[in-house]
Amino acid sequence: MGVNPQIAGRVYPPSPAYEVGREKIREFATAINSSDPVHSDPEAARALGYPDVIAPPTLAVLIAQLSEGQLINDPEAGIDYARVVHGEERFVHHRPIVAGDRLVATLTVDKVGTAGKLTMVNTRVELADEKGEPVTTVTSVIVVRGAEEA
Amino acid sequence: MSPTFDTVAVGDELSPTSYQVRRRDLIRYAGASGDFNVIHWNERVAVSVGLPSVIAHGMFTMATAGRFVSDWVGDPGAIVEYGVRFTTMIPVPDDDEGATIEVSGRISAKDDTARTATVLLTAVSGGQKVLGKATAVVRLS
Repeated sequence: MGVNPQIAGRVYPPSPAYEVGREKIREFATAINSSDPVHSDPEAARALGYPDVIAPPTLAVLIAQLSEGQLINDPEAGIDYARVVHGEERFVHHRPIVAGDRLVATLTVDKVGTAGKLTMVNTRVELADEKGEPVTTVTSVIVVRGAEEA
Repeated sequence: MSPTFDTVAVGDELSPTSYQVRRRDLIRYAGASGDFNVIHWNERVAVSVGLPSVIAHGMFTMATAGRFVSDWVGDPGAIVEYGVRFTTMIPVPDDDEGATIEVSGRISAKDDTARTATVLLTAVSGGQKVLGKATAVVRLS
């Protein structure tokens, strides 16, 4: 079974809020070998004008991917995860993610396209704070290899 | 000293920097990011699906090139947009050196109204470009 083109335009229900903790930010920053104190020291972050430590620009992927799981696990979508490779990733930060944020993710399937035996699925995850103010827009393209290709 | 909008010009080059990526970096990234795809830590499975070796997470490479930009600008929160295409996978050998990612950048545009600059990034590993259309838009004071 291939990817169902009918999923284009589908909007999934908003996720439960993800609470961004200081220690998660520190752990993620360490994992990308960043020693910037703005990720670990609230005083250093405040000196730059932030209320608390801020996330590295790509930490948003972690929250987005939790939401994208709804698509991967949607039986109607027909996506075999073993055949998925990551094609593109893009972040638009309306403001930096700050420790203490409680972010709600809403996933939309923007487009489903094909090129030969490959299917490209464009997704968009809008991360908003609990007041509904936009924080980060995460767009991603996943490439699903066709069944004929091993 | 951190760059400012007035001191940055289109065509400026950012000093190239090399970053090492070893198996333990991938294990740690897997744990921190929650991306436990076996091709990033299990050589037996990676080889069985036709890969030369364990492969770095694309998002680890993207994060590394992002660090290159944030270390230059002096504030990771100044990155307002950041996008890449993943063009080539990076095999990471099981030794102490691992693989090397060379990151360089050039200012490709400035926006006088938003007071932002666009950095066009190049990331090379093993002689191959590993990111395509990699651009970061940074807000400058």
